[in-house]
Amino acid sequence: MKGKRGDWVSNLGLVLGVLTGITLAVGLYLGLVYAPMDAIQGNAQRIFYIHVPMAWVAFLAFFVVFVAGVMYLWKRDLIWDQVARSSAEIGLVFTTLVLITGSFWGRPIWGTWWTWDARLTTTLLLWFIFLGYFMLRAYAGERSRAATFSAVIGIIGFFDVPIIYLSVDWWRTLHPQAVISVTGASMPGQMVVALMVCLLGFTLLYGYLMVQKLGIERAKDQLIDYQYALSEREAEGVIAV
Amino acid sequence: MRDGLGKVSILVWKDLLTEVRTKDLFGGMFIFAVLTIITFNFAFDLSGANRAASGAGAMWVAFNFAGFLGLGRSIALERDRGSLDGLLLCPVDRGTIFMGKFIGNLLFISLVEVISVPIFGALFNLNVFQPALFLVLLLGTVGFAAIGTLLAVMAASTRSREVMLPVLMFPILLPVVIASVRATTLILTDQTRDLAPWLNLLGAYDVLFLAISYLVFERVVEE
Amino acid sequence: MNVSPLQQRAPVDAAAPIPRVPRVKINRLTKRYERRGVLRSIDLELYDGERVVLLGANGAGKTTLLRILATLSRPTSGSVTIAGHLTHKDAQAVRAQVGVVAHQPYLYDDLTAAENLRFFARMYDVADERSRIDEVLFLVGLIARRDDRVRTFSRGMQQRLAIGRAILHRPALLLFDEPDSGLDREGARVLERILGYHRSGGGTTLMTTHDLRFGLTVGDRVLLLENGKLVLDAPSHTLEENALDERLARR
Repeated sequence: MKGKRGDWVSNLGLVLGVLTGITLAVGLYLGLVYAPMDAIQGNAQRIFYIHVPMAWVAFLAFFVVFVAGVMYLWKRDLIWDQVARSSAEIGLVFTTLVLITGSFWGRPIWGTWWTWDARLTTTLLLWFIFLGYFMLRAYAGERSRAATFSAVIGIIGFFDVPIIYLSVDWWRTLHPQAVISVTGASMPGQMVVALMVCLLGFTLLYGYLMVQKLGIERAKDQLIDYQYALSEREAEGVIAV
Repeated sequence: MRDGLGKVSILVWKDLLTEVRTKDLFGGMFIFAVLTIITFNFAFDLSGANRAASGAGAMWVAFNFAGFLGLGRSIALERDRGSLDGLLLCPVDRGTIFMGKFIGNLLFISLVEVISVPIFGALFNLNVFQPALFLVLLLGTVGFAAIGTLLAVMAASTRSREVMLPVLMFPILLPVVIASVRATTLILTDQTRDLAPWLNLLGAYDVLFLAISYLVFERVVEE
Repeated sequence: MNVSPLQQRAPVDAAAPIPRVPRVKINRLTKRYERRGVLRSIDLELYDGERVVLLGANGAGKTTLLRILATLSRPTSGSVTIAGHLTHKDAQAVRAQVGVVAHQPYLYDDLTAAENLRFFARMYDVADERSRIDEVLFLVGLIARRDDRVRTFSRGMQQRLAIGRAILHRPALLLFDEPDSGLDREGARVLERILGYHRSGGGTTLMTTHDLRFGLTVGDRVLLLENGKLVLDAPSHTLEENALDERLARR
C-alpha cells in the first residue's frame, strides 16, 4: 500500500513523531524540573503536568469519536468508522491513565484513592461509555452494524458527558460535602508555561497515535475487502453458465 | 409524518392490548420493583430520620432495574417473533415506530411506578402523595424510556443482549438518576424551593435524548 | 365497403413485442455481508400478471433477494425499482405496494384475527378498513374465527391469516418465501385462490420454493439462483422437472 498516499501518510507520521518527541521532552523537563515546587502539595503536584494534558486528550479523542460518528451515519463511508474507532481506542487508554494518575495524585494530597467529585466521576463515566462502545462493537456482528451502533453511542455519549458533569457538580454543591480543591488559586507563570508545553506535546502525541492507529484500522478493513474480492473470484470460477 | 399521530396511537394500542391480555411484562416488573425496595430496607437503614434520602435512592434503583427488565423483554419478544420486521414492512416512518414503542414502554414503566409508590410510601412511612413527586416520576421515566427504547433495540440485535443493555444504559442514565433521586428527596423532606434546577435538568435531558433517539432510530433498525 | 378501424392502422410487425413497463426492475443488484457476497449483480425484470418462481439451494440468496425487494434490507450496490419507485429513495411508497408472506407470520398472538388485520390496515392506510378486513377474512377462510386470538390458531391457519395480512392493502407485488411449507390443505386452496385474484388484478407474484413440482405448476416463469447469480430464467412450460432437479442437486 505504498504509493502517493502511503508516502504522504508515513511522512506525516514521521514529522508528528519527531515533533511529539521534542515537545514532550521539553514539556516534561519544564514540568518535572523547571517549574517551581507547589507550596502546599509538594512534588506530588508535578503529576498535574501529565494528568491534565492526558485528560484533555481523552476528551479531545471523545469529541473526534462524536464527529466521526455523525459523519459515518450521514455518509455511510467506512473511513469515518475507522477514524472513530481509532480515536475511541486512544481515548480509552488515555482515560484509563487519567484515572490512574489522578488516583496517585490524590492519595498523598487527599489521603484517599478516590472521591466522587464532578471531574473524577465524569471521567469514570466516560471510561464506562468507551467501554460500552467497544463491547457493543464486539457483539454487534457485521461491521456496518458495529459501525452504526457505536456511532450512536458516540453521539449520545458526547451529549451526555456535560450533563453528567453538571448533575454531579450540583449534587455535590447543593448538598454540602467535603470540599476538595484540585488546583490552587492562581498559578505562577512558570507553571503555566510548563503546562502549556505539555498540553501541546500530548496533543501532538494524540495526532501521532491517531495516524498510526488509523493506518492499522484501514489495513484491517482492506483485508476484509480483499477476502471479499477473493471469494468473488472463487465464485466466478465455480459457476458454469 | 403525514398522519403520524394516528399510527403512533395504533402502535401503542396494539402493545397495550397485548399487555392487558397477557400481563407478561407488568407482573414481572412490579414484583421485581417491590422486592428490590424491600431488600433495600434490609440493606440500609430505611427507618431512621434519613429515610427520605435513602428511600428515594432505593425507589429509583428499584424502578430502574424493573425498567431494564421490562425493556429487555419487550424488545426480545418483538425480535424473536420477527414482529419488528412486520412493522418495518409497513409504510410508516421509522421515527413513528420509535414513538410508538417509546410511549408503550413509558406507559408500562409508569404504571409499575404509580402502583409501587404508594406501597413504598406505606412501607417506609413517607408522604408520597404529592403532585410534585409524580412530576419527577414522569420526567425521570421519560428520559429512561427514550434512551432505553433505542438502546434496547440495539442490544437486542447483539449476542449478549441481557448484559449489553444495562452496561450501555448505566453511564448514560446517570444524570437522570442523580436528578430524580435528589428531586425526590427534596420533595419528601419538604424542601421544594431547591427543586427547580433538577426539574430543568430532567426536562432538558428528556427533550435532547428523545430527539436524538427519534432521529437515529431509522439507522439503528436498518440492515 | 367499410374498412374496419383495425385494418386502417399501419401493418403491425407481429414479431416485435409491445414494450411493457416492468412492475419490478432490478438493476445490477449486489449484496455483500462483509467478507462474502450473497447476491452478485442481478439483473431482472418482472411484469404485471406474472407468477415468478425463484428456485435455488439454501444459501443461494433467495431470501436475501426477497428481503431487499421488501425493503427490509438495503442493496450494497445496484438499484431496485418497484411500481416506479426506487427502493432506496422512496421506500415508503414501495412498502405500500408490496405484500410479504414469510416463514414468520408477523402476527400478534394475543390479538384476534380481526384485531391483527385492523392494526395492519391502519398501518397501511387502508381506506375501507372495516369492509376490507371482513372481505379478506372471508377470502382466506377465517371469517368464522375473526374474534379468536391468533394464539389459538393452528400453524396452517396462522399462515392463512398471514396471507390475508399481505393482501390487505391490495399491493402490486406479492412476495412469498416458501409458501408451500406450513400450509394445510385448506391453506393450499386459499393460496391458489389468492394467486388467481392477484394475477387477474394485474398483480405480480414472486415466490421461492424448494418444491419443484409446486413451483412448475404454480409459476409461469422460473428463475434459478446459484451462488448469488441468476443462472436460469425461462417459462415454466419449457422446463422439465427432472433436469431441474439435477441442476439443483449439482451445486
